[in-house]
Amino acid sequence: MDVVELSRLQFALTAMYHFLFIPLTLGLSVLLAIMESIYVTTGRTIWRDMVRFWGMLFGINFALGVATGLTMEFEFGTNWAYYAQYVGDIFGAPLAIEGLMAFFMEATFIGLFFFGWTRLTRVQHLIVTCLMALGTNLSALWILIANAWMQNPVGAHFNIETMRMEVTDFAAVIFNPVAQSKFVHTVSAGYVTGSMFVLSISAFYLLRSRYRGLAIRSITVAASFGLASALSVVVLGDESGYTAGQNQKMKIAAIEAMWHTEPAPASFTVIGLPNIATHSTDYALEVPWMLGLIATRSISGQVEGIENLVADARTRIASGMLAYGAMETLRAHPADSAARQQFDAHVGDLGYGLLLKRYTLKVTDATDQQITAAANDTIPAVLPLFFSFRIMVGLGFYFIALFGTMFAMASRRGIEQHRWLLHLALWSLPLPWVAAELGWVVAEVGRQPWSVDGVLPTFLSVSNIPATNVMISLGAFVLFYSVLAVVEVFLMLRTIRRGPDLPPPAPRATAFAAVAE
Amino acid sequence: MAEYEILRLLWWALLGVLLIGIAVMDGFDLGTAILLPWIGRTDMERRIVINTVGPVWEGNQVWFILGGGAIFAAWPPLYAVAFSGFYLAMLLLLCAMILRPVGFKFRSKLPNTGWRSTWDWALFVGGLVPSLVFGVAFGNVLQGVPFQFDDTLRMTYAGTVFGLFSPFALLCGVVSVTMLTMHGAAWLACKTEGAPRQRAQNAGTLAAILLAVLFVAGGLWASRLDFYALQSFGGVNGPSNPLAKHVVLQSGALMNNYEAVPWFRLAPALGVAGALLTALLLRTRRLRVLAFLFSGLTIASIIATAGLSMFPFLMPSSLAPDSSLIVWDASSSATTLLIMTVATVVLLPIVLIYTAWVYRVLRGPVNAAQIEADLHTSY
Repeated sequence: MDVVELSRLQFALTAMYHFLFIPLTLGLSVLLAIMESIYVTTGRTIWRDMVRFWGMLFGINFALGVATGLTMEFEFGTNWAYYAQYVGDIFGAPLAIEGLMAFFMEATFIGLFFFGWTRLTRVQHLIVTCLMALGTNLSALWILIANAWMQNPVGAHFNIETMRMEVTDFAAVIFNPVAQSKFVHTVSAGYVTGSMFVLSISAFYLLRSRYRGLAIRSITVAASFGLASALSVVVLGDESGYTAGQNQKMKIAAIEAMWHTEPAPASFTVIGLPNIATHSTDYALEVPWMLGLIATRSISGQVEGIENLVADARTRIASGMLAYGAMETLRAHPADSAARQQFDAHVGDLGYGLLLKRYTLKVTDATDQQITAAANDTIPAVLPLFFSFRIMVGLGFYFIALFGTMFAMASRRGIEQHRWLLHLALWSLPLPWVAAELGWVVAEVGRQPWSVDGVLPTFLSVSNIPATNVMISLGAFVLFYSVLAVVEVFLMLRTIRRGPDLPPPAPRATAFAAVAE
Repeated sequence: MAEYEILRLLWWALLGVLLIGIAVMDGFDLGTAILLPWIGRTDMERRIVINTVGPVWEGNQVWFILGGGAIFAAWPPLYAVAFSGFYLAMLLLLCAMILRPVGFKFRSKLPNTGWRSTWDWALFVGGLVPSLVFGVAFGNVLQGVPFQFDDTLRMTYAGTVFGLFSPFALLCGVVSVTMLTMHGAAWLACKTEGAPRQRAQNAGTLAAILLAVLFVAGGLWASRLDFYALQSFGGVNGPSNPLAKHVVLQSGALMNNYEAVPWFRLAPALGVAGALLTALLLRTRRLRVLAFLFSGLTIASIIATAGLSMFPFLMPSSLAPDSSLIVWDASSSATTLLIMTVATVVLLPIVLIYTAWVYRVLRGPVNAAQIEADLHTSY
């Protein structure tokens, strides 16, 4: 494997590992805020015990989320240095603002969340918990604004003097429609994960007839919050599909394994077996009209097929070659007005010209064969997209059904009698993680061959470093992360088994009474 | 576009503020972790030491995270060169930093002695290695880093990981470790009682005196180093393209700015005086908080010394001096710098206010009784 493959593998592994912890942090932080609000309004101490118990698990999870997040921030520089140089003018700002606006908030208040019980009034502690949850969710907002720009690079232009992309309209970057739908979709998925976590462990306690009061109340909160979140995930997932249909047509076509443009409105393939060799889908079960409705919100809108999109890519590559040629001329003779005109006319396709660099260093002299090869590179891996998407969506509907059933049972009491349902809830524990990881597979495998859609190919984005360096780091991460995973699961299980036997927090020390006022 | 010059200068200053923020805020918990095996002799003493930083280290670490993000946003080429050039050193730093969250969180979850002492050493490594790597990185930057750009601004790095540990860079690494150890000791002198406090005062005094000596030695050495001088460049408002300038190597060039602007000398002077004053204040009974503040001031002065010596260089290239990154050709666009300025002006004061509130709530020393009372949440 070369540096590109190794760097992609390392980024995928570290990002997916990081995202084992993030959805739970997102979901649990909000659930803690909800439970503590009930404690503060009703004054019943069982709700405080719930906050403290789920808080312990939250803390174990949060530690690894922070630790693995550091890796992510480093990797843009260590492994994707040309990416950092080429788009840092746009991509860096959301990351920095994320630190200022969100990380400080969640990380500063999480300390008080754990250590503040005896030092703060009830209301003060509730505010601390809420700010911690707010910080957590805001960090998701900013990182998804950054990610959305990679999917839909709005508000930026290429500056020939600095050889990089630069911001023209930061508001467009923030209010990127992809960012909005991705944010709500992702945090909702986190809420589903948090709810499932609470639901499953509570079901486990009920099955063992332990901590009944805590478990029943937790199920009520988790089922209702989980139901609302699961509905939101699916609806906002649909919104993501619509925005992707606007700007990442190839992603939609590949998810559907739709090789040829169908007459509108296109049908949706529920399941089938895409055949890469023949450009068709075997054993397809299709629902007429549905894809057209999802992707275009109309019955007349065309959803383009892969082959047509490849033909479009060919045209854009030809245009990109003109942009590249003009750029070379302009760099030698900045005053050349003909070159300037040609550059301005084709700069939007410069990224497509860069796709040729995989085959030739002289982009302007690319042969027809090379252009065809580069155009075919614009097709992402169809099979993983096709199946990941279907499993994710299937799970989304399953979550609605499960939370809905649990909600109905919880509101009628006597949930302990339905042991099959409790077993189902317990064994569903890993499913939100499966869905969330597959969601990222769909989003990021579907973005290939680009690191920034239409602007910068992934293979150009890497650092100029020896492959052995990446092998060393990849090996170190696999080893280190595996050990951490074992320790994490061990501590989680131990904490769950020991259960919420908490002594009440000591009364507030008088020395801190002044602070409370 | 005259404001581009001002924005660049501002972000150069803010880069300094960030590095100082990292060293002062994250620095005291790194230093505390370095001192953990010596200041905590018994398990309870170690828990006390850990719990002095327990509620705040996460917030402190955000300075470090913000440092990465802000360099990415304001100085993208610097971020790209530093992180990919120092690849394996960064990996080492990262692995050490990852030990910290898990070490803090996991250590006291099990009563087993072996488990706890393993995490104690993990925390020690997690404090020592980042402190050392920061200093070594500074040492390398002061000597020039072997990188160059091609005409598409793709960077090639020609160094090796062992090449990073030159004698001068190692001295800088030791300065950094000593500096953060002093800071951690000053923190522990404020936040503990009894025997651990006495040990912290002793360790802090020793570290502060050593720091003053090492810093002077480093300064004398640096004054003899070859450094880089700008011959021509694209102007203070020029485009951020590092290839449009000419740089030459000059003996003793790190002293040029002190010749040109004499009051810059205040920074190294404060570094030495601050360290000695910290040592003195740590011996007192009542002025320990002041010792902590002076320790912070010392750190700020030492980092400022490095920055002022190099200005306008951010990262000189020893391989192709013309590829060096300077304040005038390695920044983001004026628009991005402006956006970042607005974000910082609005958000940073808010951060400082709630951080101050949290420290106020948590004020006072940590003792065994508190940890016993709160066994389930204490580290």
